[in-house]
Amino acid sequence: MPVLVLLDHETGQIKQPSRSAIAAAAQLGEVHALLAGHDLAATAAAAAQIAGVGKVLVADDAGFAHPVAEPLAALLVALAPGYSHILAASTATGKSVIPRAAALLDAQSISDVSAVLGPDRFVRPIYAGNALATVRSRDPIKLLTVRAASFDPAPAAGGSAAIEAITPPVAPERTASFVSQAVVHSERPELSAARVVISGGRGMGSAENFALLEPIADALKAAIGASRAAVDSGYAPNDFQVGQTGKVVAPELYVAIGISGAIQHLAGMKDSKYIVAINKDPEAPIFAVADYGLVADLFTALPELKSELERA
Amino acid sequence: MKLLVPVKRVVDFNIKVRVKSDGSGVETAGVKMSMNPFDEIAVEEAIRLKEKGAATEVIAVSAGVAQCAETIRTALAMGADRGILIETAEALEPLAVAKLLKAIVAKEQPGLVLLGKQAIDDDMNATGQMLAALLGWPQATFASAIKIAGDRVEVTREIDGGLETLELTLPAIVTVDLRLNEPRYASLPNIMKARKKTIETITPAALGVDPAPRLVQESVAEPPERKAGVKVASVAELVQKLKAEAKVI
Repeated sequence: MPVLVLLDHETGQIKQPSRSAIAAAAQLGEVHALLAGHDLAATAAAAAQIAGVGKVLVADDAGFAHPVAEPLAALLVALAPGYSHILAASTATGKSVIPRAAALLDAQSISDVSAVLGPDRFVRPIYAGNALATVRSRDPIKLLTVRAASFDPAPAAGGSAAIEAITPPVAPERTASFVSQAVVHSERPELSAARVVISGGRGMGSAENFALLEPIADALKAAIGASRAAVDSGYAPNDFQVGQTGKVVAPELYVAIGISGAIQHLAGMKDSKYIVAINKDPEAPIFAVADYGLVADLFTALPELKSELERA
Repeated sequence: MKLLVPVKRVVDFNIKVRVKSDGSGVETAGVKMSMNPFDEIAVEEAIRLKEKGAATEVIAVSAGVAQCAETIRTALAMGADRGILIETAEALEPLAVAKLLKAIVAKEQPGLVLLGKQAIDDDMNATGQMLAALLGWPQATFASAIKIAGDRVEVTREIDGGLETLELTLPAIVTVDLRLNEPRYASLPNIMKARKKTIETITPAALGVDPAPRLVQESVAEPPERKAGVKVASVAELVQKLKAEAKVI
């Protein structure tokens, strides 16, 4: 049986995490991509070009104008009999829809899969990545969300899948209704998807000092993060928090400034490709995970870093 | 309106978990346990809704071993009114917890169930969505603001790159995210008061639920260890290495 992948899309584009989900699905069988939305002609054409997609199913309906979980889960349930697995990326939509659909199918979904070992065996991080669990599903149908950072996205071009319109099932009676959306149009990249992240900790000393990170973030095209200590001290807003109870990030470069490296912070960033730490305490635990460590007072190091980066 | 708040007993977020040498799981014996931090936020929100007059009673429910009563007691000390312990030695998966909670919902008829978005042990992020599915109720996950008005609740959610607002007709399921509030510390008088509050104990069998797991946990391993790299002597050397060696800037 083929494998179904629910795609996240926006303004005619397929979001990159969904192409990672397609790459994971390709390890399980023939991939059918599912698009639900409204006015999907351009989006469907983009989906059909993704390498490895065998067929694109399109549920084009005003009821799917926003990705609301109830009708999307009902759509997955209606399609489920034809599939061995149903996947989505671990995005806000995937995480909301997949467990809901799984419960309707009396299956235990598997969240944030980081490796596919076989048709029913998967690896997933637990304890914020401090341990990796290998699990085997005994359910007849497997529903998974996929950790995008663990799978190279399927190329956006190279495929030529057939596009098939499908009729969605009747929407569930009790459904949340969309009111509004406020997507932040920051000049800076989104923290959980940024290629570079620069984070400040308690060592920043104050909210005013925390702003010293901004010109460096601009120079590096980085998102700004913070340790829980910095958030608790009021230096940075809560949505900056990187760590077990905040956001888990895995950028190519993570720069930790004045962060000691508490366990709960390390849990949120230790999968970064390169870690840089600047801290005046040579014994700080952050140095045990840093690829490049600099023992220095951040108030002298940050201006130097700024001018070095600007010189480049 | 009653509010139901499920709370999970997990390894404290400040503990560095250790994988057991036989790979059967994570060491929990003798380790400090606490309420799942996201569930604390749900408890706090429920108490605030009651304080504002939007709810009449806050019921904390936990499923698991007898010691989960301590987690319920923490919720009672924060201000929840009473507790329900669904006692079982079974390792519970979200689907099983959702089935148990569905049975509790049938008994208690809450207008809103507030859950943490995920537990910091298994990181599944599924119980709320599954409970909503089993009940046929609308859901709003990852809430950063909750407003109740009459028979409706407006929920602002954390989505990728921003916020989304949904409106749900009650009864409904809301899972909460970090930014919703900052949970209070229980005061000593409230801790004393909580000792007198009731915790009802019930079994999965009495609720007519088979909580057997669907997943076989074959093994648990340490992630590949990260080695410390090099110390650099200056900012200039750091930038040079990031350019020439790591090639990330």
